[in-house]
Amino acid sequence: MGRFHRHDDGTVHDHAHTGAHAHDVGDHSGYATGGERLEVLIRIFDENDRTAAANRAEFAAAGVRVVNLMSAPGAGKTTLLRETLARLGGQLRIGIIEGDIETSLDADRLAGFGAEIALINTGNGFGGECHLDAPMVRSALPRLPLADLDLVLIENVGNLVCPAEFDVGEDDRAMVYAITEGEEKPLKYPVMFRSCGLVVVNKVDLLPYLDFDLDGFLDCLRKVNPAAEVMLVSARTGEGVDAWCDWLRARLAR
Amino acid sequence: MSRFGGSGPSGRAVAVSIVETVHELSICSSIADIVTRHAAGRTVQVINVRAGQLRQIVPDTLVYCWGLVSAGTPLDGSRINVESVPARIRCRACGEVTDVGEVPVFACGGCGGVAVQVVSGEEFLVTSLELAPQPDGQGSPDQEG
Repeated sequence: MGRFHRHDDGTVHDHAHTGAHAHDVGDHSGYATGGERLEVLIRIFDENDRTAAANRAEFAAAGVRVVNLMSAPGAGKTTLLRETLARLGGQLRIGIIEGDIETSLDADRLAGFGAEIALINTGNGFGGECHLDAPMVRSALPRLPLADLDLVLIENVGNLVCPAEFDVGEDDRAMVYAITEGEEKPLKYPVMFRSCGLVVVNKVDLLPYLDFDLDGFLDCLRKVNPAAEVMLVSARTGEGVDAWCDWLRARLAR
Repeated sequence: MSRFGGSGPSGRAVAVSIVETVHELSICSSIADIVTRHAAGRTVQVINVRAGQLRQIVPDTLVYCWGLVSAGTPLDGSRINVESVPARIRCRACGEVTDVGEVPVFACGGCGGVAVQVVSGEEFLVTSLELAPQPDGQGSPDQEG
């Protein structure tokens, strides 16, 4: 339910009330029409999760570690990845799966660093998908020489809601959060912030120019994900990028 | 869901949601696959879905997207009924069960511990289908309702 991010008023109580009584709803309306009620009890993400498991098995068989990188639009995922490739490109064999609703602009920005790049434009979906799902990632795998790679970085579609819902077969989830987004984002998008083991706090070079309250942000983050690792980074100046690269290297050792 | 907001405000909310995020659309495609498989050719009137609070599903948006996805298919005319389940956590230290609440805090309401387990709010499933009477069943369609 989207009450955390899309309904800021009293609608919450309506939902809660509905939830408390809804187990009665199906029974009555079914029989009122003289019809039949058919039990189903199928998880809606079943198909995605089965494909995610297949992806995970394929990654494991190839001996490659996979990180799903998520953020709001404009938080700096692509700039961070470019700086990552500039530092790690000579040491690790890296593949990038680049998800974008349209254009190859981000993929183009990552070209020239020796990484293998597979672009997925999600605009072919109904209305343009706002996330990568496991079948989309699976469709990109034949375009990556998995057996030759150490690390695959998945740059998800910029969005703080939908990507959190879809397991794509990754080993780890990290998110890039820019300090220009405001302190309370973890409370508004708790599912995303909870799903990540690492939160890269980006654009810290802007700290002197903003009223951003870093402690206030960390408080909000702890409320929804007390265990998250946090790194202060400026992909633009390079501050903290080495620590992020060390975190990535540590994925391989596990 | 018709019970939250009137048609005016809820229509606006749907329009905003569609621009902002459309994961309800792809979710409806998954639901359509599940329903088609289980209905096995029978006419479906109602699809009952249970959605945990942590699944970030807006019931109105799901209903709206269902109209788009089902139009022109054998599922046209069916409707989705969403049962929302609140998020609850259980403390690993003291066992207390706490509602996560409107402003989400994943900490024990009893002892304040942060080692917690989500006990509800992550479910998302098609629970049941309500099917139209079969033609050789009980009479003509005009007896319905």
